[in-house]
Amino acid sequence: MSNSKPGYTATSEVSRVRAKRTLWENIIRGLRSAPPTALFGMLVITAYVVIALFAPLIAPYGESEVFPIPYAPWSDEFLFGTDQLGRDVFTRLVYGARNTIGIAIMTTILAFTIGGGLGLVAAINQKWLDQFLSRFVDVLMAIPSLIFALMLLSIFGSSILNIILIIAVLDSTRVFRLTRAVALNVVVMDYVEAARLRGEKLGWIIRREILPNIMPTLVAEFGLRFSFVFLTIAALSFLGLGIQPPTADWGSMVRENAGLIQFAEYDITAALTPLLPAGAIALLTVAVNFVVDWFLHKTSGLRDE
Amino acid sequence: MSNIDKQRGDILLEMRDVRIDGYSDDKWHKIIKGVDLTLRRGEIMGLIGESGAGKSTLGLAAMGFARPGCKISSGTINFDGMELTTASASQCRALRGSRITYVAQSAAASFNPSHRLIDQTVEATVRHGIKPDSEARADACILYGDLQLPDPDNIGSRYPHQVSGGQLQRVMTAMAMSPRPDLIIFDEPTTALDVTTQVEVLASMREIVEKYNTAAIYITHDLAVVAQMADVIKVLRYGETVEEAETRKMLSAPEEEYTKSLWAVRSIEKEGEKNDDVILKINNVDAAYSSSVKVLHKVSIEVPRGRTVAVVGESGSGKSTTARVITGLLPPMSGDVQFNGEVLPKDLASRSKDQLRKIQMIYQMADTAMNPRHTIREIIGRPLEFYLGLRGNKRDDRLLELLHLIELDESFVDRLPSELSGGQKQRVCIARALAAEPDLIICDEVTSALDQIVQKGILELLLKLQKDLRISYLFITHDIATVRAISDEIVVMFQGAVVEQGPKSEILTPPFPDYTKLLLSSVPEMDPDWLNNLLAERQNEQTA
Amino acid sequence: MHPILRTILQRLGLGIVTLFVVSVIIFSSIQFLPGDFAQAILGQAALEETVAAFRKELGLDLPAWQRYLQWIGGVVQGDFGTSFSGRDASGVDRSRAVVDLIAPRLENTLFLALMAAIISVPIALILGVTAALYRNSIYDRTVNSLTLISISMPEFFVAYILILFFASLNKVFPTLANISPDVELGERIYRTALPAMTLTLVIVAHMMRMTRAAIINLLASPYIEMAELKGVSRATIILRHALPNAWAPIVNVIAFNLAYLVVGVVVVEVVFVYPGVGQLMVDAVTTRDMPVVQGCALIFAATYILLNLSADIVSIISNPRLLHPR
Repeated sequence: MSNSKPGYTATSEVSRVRAKRTLWENIIRGLRSAPPTALFGMLVITAYVVIALFAPLIAPYGESEVFPIPYAPWSDEFLFGTDQLGRDVFTRLVYGARNTIGIAIMTTILAFTIGGGLGLVAAINQKWLDQFLSRFVDVLMAIPSLIFALMLLSIFGSSILNIILIIAVLDSTRVFRLTRAVALNVVVMDYVEAARLRGEKLGWIIRREILPNIMPTLVAEFGLRFSFVFLTIAALSFLGLGIQPPTADWGSMVRENAGLIQFAEYDITAALTPLLPAGAIALLTVAVNFVVDWFLHKTSGLRDE
Repeated sequence: MSNIDKQRGDILLEMRDVRIDGYSDDKWHKIIKGVDLTLRRGEIMGLIGESGAGKSTLGLAAMGFARPGCKISSGTINFDGMELTTASASQCRALRGSRITYVAQSAAASFNPSHRLIDQTVEATVRHGIKPDSEARADACILYGDLQLPDPDNIGSRYPHQVSGGQLQRVMTAMAMSPRPDLIIFDEPTTALDVTTQVEVLASMREIVEKYNTAAIYITHDLAVVAQMADVIKVLRYGETVEEAETRKMLSAPEEEYTKSLWAVRSIEKEGEKNDDVILKINNVDAAYSSSVKVLHKVSIEVPRGRTVAVVGESGSGKSTTARVITGLLPPMSGDVQFNGEVLPKDLASRSKDQLRKIQMIYQMADTAMNPRHTIREIIGRPLEFYLGLRGNKRDDRLLELLHLIELDESFVDRLPSELSGGQKQRVCIARALAAEPDLIICDEVTSALDQIVQKGILELLLKLQKDLRISYLFITHDIATVRAISDEIVVMFQGAVVEQGPKSEILTPPFPDYTKLLLSSVPEMDPDWLNNLLAERQNEQTA
Repeated sequence: MHPILRTILQRLGLGIVTLFVVSVIIFSSIQFLPGDFAQAILGQAALEETVAAFRKELGLDLPAWQRYLQWIGGVVQGDFGTSFSGRDASGVDRSRAVVDLIAPRLENTLFLALMAAIISVPIALILGVTAALYRNSIYDRTVNSLTLISISMPEFFVAYILILFFASLNKVFPTLANISPDVELGERIYRTALPAMTLTLVIVAHMMRMTRAAIINLLASPYIEMAELKGVSRATIILRHALPNAWAPIVNVIAFNLAYLVVGVVVVEVVFVYPGVGQLMVDAVTTRDMPVVQGCALIFAATYILLNLSADIVSIISNPRLLHPR
């Protein structure tokens, strides 16, 4: 047996070594390379989170504190005026952040727990359970989700708990499909087969082999699903079937003050009042979509980094 | 008919100091770093190099074409008096498909699924106004015949998915020949084919370019293949020319070390050894993926302790299925697998940890065999923890031992698989298998995705490990050079059954059963006359 | 049988099964109504015999499967039952047939959806295809960012902004899309302009992004590169090589978005107080008028399923592998 010719050794093969960086350094680098849209998105999201967390400190009045003048104009006392019952619009916007975002986040988390869990199970099982779950989801998805939600709400009534449960279950179908699809791509990999041949338990395989590889996709999807859930709940509230008064909520605020838009000719600020909560909703979803767009772009190029 | 005798005409294509850049990760990388190339009329040039050498990029540049994300940044490309780097898009377009044509690697993907073969064959010829439609169609049928396609008059009315891969590759050659170009670029046209198909396609391609005296650039990574086709060979590496010479000279007296390394695997030759102590015995195994289609028929294989058994066969012969039966991933319908004298439970779940530990597996694609998010420490460390219960320092000490065993060092411990080269990845996979201290390792095409020099390194490592640790290998491969290099015994498989099993010396010397003979004779050799001799021999047999 | 016919029949069969299961789900929703809803609908003051008569009318004394057969049998013949509203504790019944409520409104909804589709489909396809062809150009990036913003906006936000500028500040269009059967076509279009524009803005963004992705995916095929290497002109590449293979993805995009349109009309109808099925359903949900809710849900679901079914059938028909079997 001849020796390898001089010059060739296993260690000398050309490979691309990444510089070792701490998590913090990676975050800084990521932020530096982020496009302005993504930075804008992150800034907006941070601002919303701060407002939601510190709502009672920021809001000048109580959430459902009623003042004697309904539809008061914008002033120093009432920054964005008062609504049809005489509640401070600015205060309700601030509390609305807390309620609307909080409910949407809880719904999304629930949807991911249900859909993600079942999607993983289906991808690994690939037999009758997968067939059953997939067909079941097909049927659920054959009914438009807003229509399904309306129907279910008419039966069970609009309470916050019902909204969270109904939207979460309906939205989990999409999470299920995605999780199953990406997990299937990972399950067929040789390294998963290698782990099975080693005799690893199912839990270990899911935790160590599959999850780390589908996480980036799921994180991005979480952002997209959050926007979608957020918009659905806002739409339901706008229709008067979502979050019920006196809880402050952006969708309902649009509905309650929509009539003001007629007076744009006389007082443009009054016409803007219903647009403020609507704009608040739009701004957040735009921000989330900007960040997700950048994240997707970044993770899809991860291999060549 | 010999390659040297062919008349050389005047210069057809001349590339000077061509540089091509590619864009990825937000910056430009150099792909071709200043290459010169001269091709005369009727001449066939072999462009050879390993993955990433820039062969295809250079071949496309000869058509004045750069893939999206690439650009020809400097140099001149002169085709028969016309400068392609400064030519307008419409001038280039007029050239492509009429005077220069292209044969792609993946015929199945390069044909439009919505159009009939003949429509695609004559498209360029008719659109460039070279021949009227009816004439081009009649000519296409003649070309189909020249290329030995079955039923040449009617095969053109089929759709791409209706013919086999080898036939599709011939149709593509007819398509390239239809406008009677001055130059054809063949880009790895036979790489995706089985060896027995490759020979026929190769022969018909060569015949047709010789018949019409067309110049060609033949791109491949396989020197033995290019030796049959080319008058001159040009070796590329990392976007630069290593050397260029007339074919016979290149094969007999290469000047560069790197050129020699292109047939590195052929320099290993193992003396086959016998051993009667059988470690693995497969008895009369039948297996199927669904109840209807059987893929293994009464397969019996024996693997002696401390020896290597090579399982050879083309795609679909049942090699990998056999491996799945042994590992328990696919429980057999009948028959059994004995290991160290005891019958193994049929399916994976009912085997003990110790039974699992003793049989390890190494995969063809090291890329997909390692979790991209685990470090080398986790990848090799896991079997140490799992089977041997080693933790902390003990585990890390053993890990380092294993890394040294595979000729890597401690600087690799915290890397991710994406930070390793192809050969290093495969070595880590070997270390992961060794960590379990197995008796038998199943190697599934472990070298076929690697460059020759790296293959040689891996094969030598495997041989050394076998000598030191007395491990047995079941080595699945389609490459006869690899079989010569590593095996003690050979099993030939065809359509799910074992055709032959025996010591290497017996299998590789005549007399051969029919299929073994076809398989062995189809493997190209490093001899420019090999294809001529083979065709003559097969001709004789048919007439005899 | 020709494989393409077999595949289409299979797909049709699957569609029918889906419709059946969906109808069962929608029907059984009424089973989950809490408590004695007959009493709740008629009010606490209702006489015992009135409640009993109403119960009998609903068939609550029959087993569920019999009621389903009755209901679905009626639906097939165009009878969706009778609305809960208009009933009285005293037993006076001024309720109307669900069909009579839905039919005129369905016409309105289809009119609105059709108008939005006629405007948005060509615009979206042109934007999507051009963005894909001039990929990464400034044009592409601008269109991309704008559509990303557009899909992030709730429909009612878009609607109110349009109202603010085109109805409130400048009185170009009416705020309320008040239409009745006797309104002429021109006037109808004029009054429906704002809701149609709202839907268009939302749909175009979605459809354009999906078209762009589908075309980019298609143009990356090796056979497109092969056509380029044959020296074929750009127009021929698009028309002869890309288009025949683009039908399936494009039709899918259109069907997906028309289905989206069906849902989108609900919110838009409410904003503009447009007399359509969406508005009807929202009102019915508020008053828990179950027969109307079921009728509307069934119509929305059936439209949705049929759209997806037709998209699937187009992709089956345009698939050369099925069209020309081995």
